[in-house]
Amino acid sequence: MSGGIAPRETALSIRGLRKAFGGQPVYDGFDLDVRRGDILAIFGPNGCGKSTLINMAAGLLPHDGGEILFDGRTVADVRVGYVFQNYREALFPWRRAADNIRYPMRRLGLPAAEIERRLERLSADFRVRFDLNRYPYELSGGQQQLVSIMRSLAIEPEVLFLDEPFSALDYETTLSLRALLQDVLKGREVTSILVSHDLEESIVLADRLLMLTRRPTSVADDVPIPLPWPRTPETLGEAGFVAIKTRCLRVFTEAVAGA
Amino acid sequence: MRAVGLPALGALGFILLWWGAVLVEVADPVLLPSPAETWRETMHALNTGPLWHDLWQTVQRTVVSFLVASLIGVPLGIALGAQERLYRTCEFVVDFFRSTPASALFPLFLILFGVGEGTKIAVAAFGAALVILFNAAYGVMNARRTRILAAQVMGAGRVRIMFDVLVWEATPQILVGMRSGVSLALVIIVVAEMFIGSTDGLGQRVIVAQSLFESGLMYGVIFLAGALGYLLNLLFLILEKQFVHWAGK
Ligand SMILES: Nc1ncnc2c1ncn2[C@@H]1O[C@H](COP(=O)(O)OP(=O)(O)OP(=O)(O)O)[C@@H](O)[C@H]1O
Ligand SMILES: [Mg+2]
Repeated sequence: MSGGIAPRETALSIRGLRKAFGGQPVYDGFDLDVRRGDILAIFGPNGCGKSTLINMAAGLLPHDGGEILFDGRTVADVRVGYVFQNYREALFPWRRAADNIRYPMRRLGLPAAEIERRLERLSADFRVRFDLNRYPYELSGGQQQLVSIMRSLAIEPEVLFLDEPFSALDYETTLSLRALLQDVLKGREVTSILVSHDLEESIVLADRLLMLTRRPTSVADDVPIPLPWPRTPETLGEAGFVAIKTRCLRVFTEAVAGA
Repeated sequence: MRAVGLPALGALGFILLWWGAVLVEVADPVLLPSPAETWRETMHALNTGPLWHDLWQTVQRTVVSFLVASLIGVPLGIALGAQERLYRTCEFVVDFFRSTPASALFPLFLILFGVGEGTKIAVAAFGAALVILFNAAYGVMNARRTRILAAQVMGAGRVRIMFDVLVWEATPQILVGMRSGVSLALVIIVVAEMFIGSTDGLGQRVIVAQSLFESGLMYGVIFLAGALGYLLNLLFLILEKQFVHWAGK
């Protein structure tokens, strides 16, 4: 299933993962390898355990069995970033946007000059045109999620987790955030795991797409997405994209929706 | 304009109603003096008598007991709220004493603290502390889970999460608790001034005015106590608005 990624190239490796809630298993012997620098999209029905998976990997939720290793280390020894679906509840509204972004860098003990340097570089990379000295609630939803994304990248994470980061945003905002995000993630070669409810988004933003079944969760299909970067709105019309989407829809109807 | 205008209209209506009742002699003038007489007697007592001193004593006692209550209630509430199991263990006791009328505790506190300033302040602080503690604990327990997880994933440990997230998340609720606490402290102090060995304070002044049939003054002192309670409440409302700028957003 993992397609034989060489160990040194593996940023995240999950073996025999088990997790149950109240005796009901969600994962029962789940394996996954994520290649360094890849964007892995995870697509699956509601309640199949996508959030549970990345929360366990990010160290926010204990697992019952199996191991989750980042190049041989546990999550405690690894810098990970996490972008929550609900940006309103993930940012600290009592801190200005810039201070939200500085927060994880301060926890890391970076010197002030380095913190400012990174903040400036992030603003440039994401082409921020609004005032970062505002409070989060003074920003639009898209701007708030952008701040969350900048905050998660500020520590230069080895692995970045994103749980449906665009699902609360309108289509236009989603498109522009997607474009910015892919530029930065690909430019910095950040290993990322993106949970998405949107099949098109999962294909457009990823190097590889994992389709999950209903509980107990298994892999319905593991789809490589060798489309060239950067991917633009035109990508959605190209033959390569359409072929992948067709394959995914077929898997979805057979294994996911039909079950 | 409307924010001040309408309430002022209401207050004016109340005074007119009062005046009307005096004019048609609804009650004995000794029981119901006119607004003008109340005003005159109260101003007179303020200008000459010990009324300023009484007001100041009541303010002082209320503020001291409120401060004691906050110093105990806020940290303890936050600490208990951060350990939900511990709070659940104490919840019944806190709730029980929070529901106990503080006035019923006077005899007990008289035994513990004797007749004097200490007793009044202790009872008021006790009542207010429970209200503040309860609110602080709930504020912490209702902290947004996502925010705690976000802090955790950014490398904040338990203590950091407490100071960087929980305290802030609980601040709006803590201020609500303090607002209720200061009102309760005033209530208890005024009652204590009436009944447990006092020679001054607004509560004492009301009782004395009543027994001397100085009904104008009695009404005046009641309104003075009311104004004090209202202003304390207003002060905290303003503080909440100014300080907790992010609340509900
Ligand atoms: N704390 C919990 N206690 C009990 N059951 C839980 C808990 N967290 C998740 N579950 C259950 O585990 C399953 C997986 O939940 P999870 O949130 O990971 O799903 P998801 O794939 O992210 O769904 P969605 O697409 O709705 O976000 C669900 O059936 C959910 O009900
Ligand atoms: Mg989810």
